[in-house]
Amino acid sequence: MATAVAEPMAVKTRTRVPLPPALRRPGWYRAAMFEVLGLGFAFGITALIRWLQHIHPVVSGNAVTTVGLFTVPLFFLVGLGVGDYWFYWASGRATRPEDHSSHGARSWRDYFRVNTDHKVIGIQYTVTSFFFLFVGGLLAMLIRVQLAKPGMQFLTPEQYNGVFSVHATVLIFLFVIPVFAGLANFVLPLMIGAPDMAFPRLNALSYWLLPLGGIVMLMSFLAPGGSFAAGWTAYAPLSTSMPLGQLFFSIGVQFAGFSSIFTALNFLVTIITMRAPGMSFFRMPLLVWANFSTSLLVVIATPFIAASQFFVLLDKALGFHFFDAFVGAGKNGNVLMYQHVFWFYSHPAVYIMMLPGFGIISEILAVKARKPIFGYRMMAFSLLAIVVLGFTVWAHHMFVSGMQPWIRIPMMITTAIIAVPTGIKVFSWLATLWRGVLHLDTPMLFALGFLTMFTLGGISGVMLAMIPFDIHVSQTYFIVAHIHYVLFGGSLMTIFAGIYYWFPKMTGRMFDDRLGKLHFWFTFIFANLTFAPMHLIGIQGMPRRVAEYAEKFAGWNLFISFSAWILGFSTLIFLYNMVASWRAGPRASANPWRALTLEWQVSSPPPIFNFDAVPTVVGGPYEYGVPGAVHGIFKKPAESAPVAAGTFSGSPRQEQHE
Amino acid sequence: MVVVAVISTAILIPLALIVPWFPAKASVQAGNIHTLYDVLLIATVPIFVVVMTTVGFSIWKFRMRPGQEKQDGAPIHGNTRLEIVWTILPAALLLGMCSYAYTVLRSNEDSKRGEMTVNVTERQFAFEFSYPRAGGKSVVSPVLYLPKGRPVVFKITSLDVIHSFFVPEFSEKLDAVPGITTTLRVTPTRTGSYPAECTELCGAGHSLMRAAVNVVTPAQFAAWLAKQKSGAPPPIGSAGTPPGEQG
Repeated sequence: MATAVAEPMAVKTRTRVPLPPALRRPGWYRAAMFEVLGLGFAFGITALIRWLQHIHPVVSGNAVTTVGLFTVPLFFLVGLGVGDYWFYWASGRATRPEDHSSHGARSWRDYFRVNTDHKVIGIQYTVTSFFFLFVGGLLAMLIRVQLAKPGMQFLTPEQYNGVFSVHATVLIFLFVIPVFAGLANFVLPLMIGAPDMAFPRLNALSYWLLPLGGIVMLMSFLAPGGSFAAGWTAYAPLSTSMPLGQLFFSIGVQFAGFSSIFTALNFLVTIITMRAPGMSFFRMPLLVWANFSTSLLVVIATPFIAASQFFVLLDKALGFHFFDAFVGAGKNGNVLMYQHVFWFYSHPAVYIMMLPGFGIISEILAVKARKPIFGYRMMAFSLLAIVVLGFTVWAHHMFVSGMQPWIRIPMMITTAIIAVPTGIKVFSWLATLWRGVLHLDTPMLFALGFLTMFTLGGISGVMLAMIPFDIHVSQTYFIVAHIHYVLFGGSLMTIFAGIYYWFPKMTGRMFDDRLGKLHFWFTFIFANLTFAPMHLIGIQGMPRRVAEYAEKFAGWNLFISFSAWILGFSTLIFLYNMVASWRAGPRASANPWRALTLEWQVSSPPPIFNFDAVPTVVGGPYEYGVPGAVHGIFKKPAESAPVAAGTFSGSPRQEQHE
Repeated sequence: MVVVAVISTAILIPLALIVPWFPAKASVQAGNIHTLYDVLLIATVPIFVVVMTTVGFSIWKFRMRPGQEKQDGAPIHGNTRLEIVWTILPAALLLGMCSYAYTVLRSNEDSKRGEMTVNVTERQFAFEFSYPRAGGKSVVSPVLYLPKGRPVVFKITSLDVIHSFFVPEFSEKLDAVPGITTTLRVTPTRTGSYPAECTELCGAGHSLMRAAVNVVTPAQFAAWLAKQKSGAPPPIGSAGTPPGEQG
């Protein structure tokens, strides 16, 4: 920055050869150069500190890696140009508030640079997360190879522990959480009639933090001693006693966490300040409500996991004594503190991974059943109830942790009670189906599949709230079954539903509905065959996170492995459908589902600045079957009268005249 | 639809109860927990059936038929009475379940007369059981022997990372946490040999960290204990490796 400030005076006297333009412009070349600088910085700073402290050798691989895991990604971001605008502004140079050069995609290259268009970022987010879905899914396949037969075979125990730890971490932090952020990034500003998110440059930064976090986590496989292998929960003091790979988790989570927090702040401000005229809170689509609630959770809870991982990092890298309670150490550490701080984030995190899905399901069920959503206000209030209650249940993950016994009782009651707002949602969705005209296409099938599987996951969740039963099944495969019913049967089904539902809007193409249905039936059947038997072997006493198990579980495990492999292959149908349809599917009309919400009232894909005219919202978002009902009307900038039907393809007015 | 729901509930509840979910029942606590699980099944199967039959019935009755492509459903926005019912009813059911679970918890965990203390010390990747004797000495064993019918209180701790102590047949489990001692109560009711497992991920040897549990008659137990007295191995603990040095 010093050179930047001095530049106006130094122009004439400058004699040194400037960097080639490719290295001065924001972009991949400059990013690569900055990565090298970041690595050099890590070398320099650690060597300097160790030299000053008389620690030998001065260059330590562990120290360079630890610092480099922060500096290399951050320097990369600067090189890529994420912060250029802010640096210009901070250094007092002229900024261009109306510069839209980084907005919108005109060719595929625009998806590989810093872009401030929420639609481009939404697609960047979604595609990146799906890459990590396939990575995490492949790791699941490895897990099922290992568990197909009792007795060690395929992976060493260290490798196995690493594989399931990375599986969970990748799918939680790099798939489920960000893919919802991606879908909402694309859809939400359109839904509320906004031209973009409130902070487009922050939005770009949020996105670019994500692949960095993912690369850091996957790079842990290259670390000496293997990847992090203390589970995605990384309980101390196991995690603090792990080899170097553990730090890739501690630090990778920071990047993913910051990405979540920035996006959540962005959503909150966007929803609060950028709604179209007439879009009161109770005229917002429930997806917007869901992301509002989720963002509250993210902003409040995510700092706790960041803290918990910083504790581990400090213990491990700098020899702090947060968790040193074992024999031979100072014994002053408090091991249970880690779990409390960790779960204070990670319980709300399961709602972070579920509430946006609730929003997606509400959109799809209303449109596909051609009915208003049943009990709209209760649907919105129940989301807020889950947000509040979600912060009061964390210690139900710790019923057998050895914490004070009495804390379990209030946690049991709040955990049971949080099923009430969730139940309200399920029953309201069922009532939404009642007397509708159900269009049983791919998005709807996934939505109905979600309803059934999520109900099972909810029921096993209520059972788990009951302390004595939880004592028997916690840390067994019953927990694995429950979490997969909630995250696979719940979250992933809603994600597939949402991807199919908004695919025409995002790509301007239609997907192949036949392949979509095939994908659904494979997913639904084999997900149940994979995860349902886990309840049984869990109650029978098979512990989770084991590379090896007793002979009596062999039959079910082989069955589960076969089901899981077919489930894994079935995602290839999805992949083919998406790629082929995106390349050469039939063109999508603006509103193929005849939906009322605003995102369907613009072309597919939407114009670069979303709306040619600011929409005015005059009614609720789900008034299907109500004669003459309108959600939004469009006025041309100069006009005040509503536009005649037919001027905008598929405007809500037009729909109602049919 | 109501008929279908009632019939499937009537079929599914006995089916769910017949499934041999649990391993053998070998403690008083396990008996209580198995009964609790049966009650939970009976309470939750109807909810499951209601959801499934409603989805199934809607697909059958309300799916779009040829010619309905442009039709909309009935514009029903809500029904306050129905919404109150499905708020209050589940809440009452859940609170009832919590109350029952609480009574089970108390009866399982309250201290009992004539309890025998066994100290469980865990480390990567082994269990060690010690039976305190009068005079400050104790009998130490890698295998857990328990007399049938006598309430036992386990005092559990760990020397390195967090472990857990789980005997599926007892239906009881608790973490072994370094730095603190945790308490678990079990009253064995069935003689036999069972596995004790570590269920908290504790490192590379986690999946093989098991120990044998033998529930024997009081007379056999007394004989075993008497035999152990002389040749007891020295207690581990001071020799435990701190996990930081495991690499």
